[in-house]
Amino acid sequence: MRHISTVIIGAGQAGLAMSKCLSDRSVTHVVIERGEIAHAWISERWDSLRLLTPNWQSRLPGYAYSGDAPDGFMTMPQIADYLRGYAACCAAPVEERTTVTSVTSQGFGYRVETTQGAWQCDNVVLATGACAQAQIPQLANNLPPGVTSMTPMSYKSPAQLDPGGVLVVGASASGTQIAAELRAVGHEVTLAVGSHLRAPRSYRGRDIQWWLDRSGVLDACLDPLDDIDRIRRLPSMQLVGDATLAALDLNTLRARGVQIVGRIAGIREGYAQFSGALANHCALSDLKLNRLLESFDAWAESQTLSGLKPPHRLEPTEVGRDPVLRLRLDDGHIRTVIWATGYRPDFHWLDLPVFNAKGGLDHTFGVVGPGLYVLGMPAQQRRKSAFIDGVGADAEVLANHLIHNRASRVA
Amino acid sequence: MNTVETKVDNGVNTEALIGARGAFSQMPEAASFVFRSTCDWVSGTESSNTINGYFGLGEEQIRKETFVVNADHPEVFAAADTAPTPPELVLSALGSCLTGGVAAVAQHRGIQLRKVQAIIEGEIDVRGILGMDPDIRNGFNAIRVRFEIDADASESDIRALVAQSQKRSAVFDLLTNPTNVFVDVA
Repeated sequence: MRHISTVIIGAGQAGLAMSKCLSDRSVTHVVIERGEIAHAWISERWDSLRLLTPNWQSRLPGYAYSGDAPDGFMTMPQIADYLRGYAACCAAPVEERTTVTSVTSQGFGYRVETTQGAWQCDNVVLATGACAQAQIPQLANNLPPGVTSMTPMSYKSPAQLDPGGVLVVGASASGTQIAAELRAVGHEVTLAVGSHLRAPRSYRGRDIQWWLDRSGVLDACLDPLDDIDRIRRLPSMQLVGDATLAALDLNTLRARGVQIVGRIAGIREGYAQFSGALANHCALSDLKLNRLLESFDAWAESQTLSGLKPPHRLEPTEVGRDPVLRLRLDDGHIRTVIWATGYRPDFHWLDLPVFNAKGGLDHTFGVVGPGLYVLGMPAQQRRKSAFIDGVGADAEVLANHLIHNRASRVA
Repeated sequence: MNTVETKVDNGVNTEALIGARGAFSQMPEAASFVFRSTCDWVSGTESSNTINGYFGLGEEQIRKETFVVNADHPEVFAAADTAPTPPELVLSALGSCLTGGVAAVAQHRGIQLRKVQAIIEGEIDVRGILGMDPDIRNGFNAIRVRFEIDADASESDIRALVAQSQKRSAVFDLLTNPTNVFVDVA
C-alpha cells in the first residue's frame, strides 16, 4: 500500500483545481481518475452540447482561456482539451483509468481502495462532481412497455431515437436544449415543465454571464441565514451556449412547435398526467427573472459603464388558455421519454457515516469531516461553486483548511 | 427581500411557523398529520359535515369547538338549496387556502395587507355529472382565481405573494395534481 498526504478523486475541473492549490502549498497528492481527464465531459454529455458559460468564464487557479474567442462557448471536446491543458500546465499527478472502489477510515486518516491498488492518506477530496448520475423520478417505473426511456446522460443525438413523438420531462438547460434539438429534426415534442429559471442569453448587449459575474451575483457567499437547501436545489437556467439565440425559453420553444405542459404528476392507465400549476410555475419564473434584471439595472446604475443598451423586459411566458393535462403513452404515438429531471452525485464507494436521512452528503461549505472534503457541489460556498469558474475559489479555501487542519492534527 | 418588521401585523404568527419548521426538521414524524371530516346524510342532496379531531404532533388533537359545514344542490337541480354545492365548497377551500397563504407570506416578507379578496370561478359542463357525454368530465374544466389586494407593496411584490402562496398551498396542490382516493364500505 502506498502512503500520501492527500488523495483527490476525480480529474475534472474540481480535482485539477484542487491539485493546483495543493501543489502551490507543497502538499503531496495524487488525482485518481476512473477514465481520462475530463471523462464526464467527453463521455456523459450529448454531442451538440456547449458550455453554458462563455470561454472567458472558465477561469481556474493559475489558468485562463487564452484563445481568440473569449465570448464563444466550448464544445465538449474543447473543454476536455482545455482541462488537459490545465493538467499539463500544473503537472497534475493524475492516475488515469483507475477506479476508486471504496474509501474507509483507517487510523487518523483514510484508506482509498482502487482498481490499481490501495492508498493510505490523511486527506481525501471528493471531486467527482454533482452530476455523476441522472436523477429519474420513481413514477418512471410506470412507463408502458414500448416507450424508450433515456436521460441527458444516455442521449447523444437525434439519430438514437425512433421516429415518433417524444416527451421531454424537465425544462432546465438540458431539457430545453434537447427538446429544441429533437423538434428541429421533426419530432413532435411535448415538454413537461415544473419549477424553472428563465434567462435570456444576453441583456442590454452583454451576455447574461457577464452580468451575473460582474454584478457579484455569482461571487455571493452563502449566508448561514439563507435557506441554503433551497439555494442548492435551484435548477439550472434555461440557457444554451449559442450567442445567436436570444433565449431558449418556453416562448421560443412554443413558437417552434413544442407543446408545453405542466410538471409530470403521474403515469397511470397508460397516460402521463401533468400538473395544472403550469401558469404559476411560469409566473414565478417571470417574476424571478424580472427581479434579477432589476438588480442588474440597479447595479449598472451604480457603475460607470458605457455602451449598454437600454433596459428592457421579456414578454411574459405564454401559457395558453388550457394547457394539456394528460398525454397518452400506450398507443405508439409517444416512442421516447427523456428524463431531464436533474443530476445527482454518486458516492456509493464512500463507506463512511457522512450521509443524511435522504442519502445526501452532509457537508459544511465543503468540509465533510476531519480531512474529508467535497468540491463542485451546487452552492457549496458561493452561488458559483458548481461552475468551472467557481470551483477554484472553493478549492483555495479548502486547501487552506486542509493545511491548517493538518497543522492542528500534528500539534 | 424584507425581513420581519415589528410594525407589520397581518395577524400571522410567523415566528411560530418558523419554529415549527425547525421542530419538524428535528422530528419529521411529528409532521405527519391526518385530517378528518364526517359526513351525514340529512335529506335529498343535503348533507352535513362535522369536523373536529385530527391526528398531529404524534397524538390525537381535539378542538374546543366542532365545526359544521353543510352542502346541498340548488333549486335548478330540483333540490332544496339549503347550502352551497360541494364543488362550490371546493372553490371556497381553494380561496381560503390561497388567501391564508397570501397573509402568511406577506407577514414573512414584511408587507402590510389592508384588503385581500379572491374571486374564484370554476367552469363546469354539467352534462358530465348527468352522464350525457363520456368526453365531458365531471369536474371543473378550469378554475380561475382573481385576487384584489391592497397592500404596502409594489405590483410585482404583490404578484410574487400570490405566486408564492400557490407554491405552498395544500388545496392548490390537491386540485392541480392527481391524488389517489380510496373509497370503501364498512
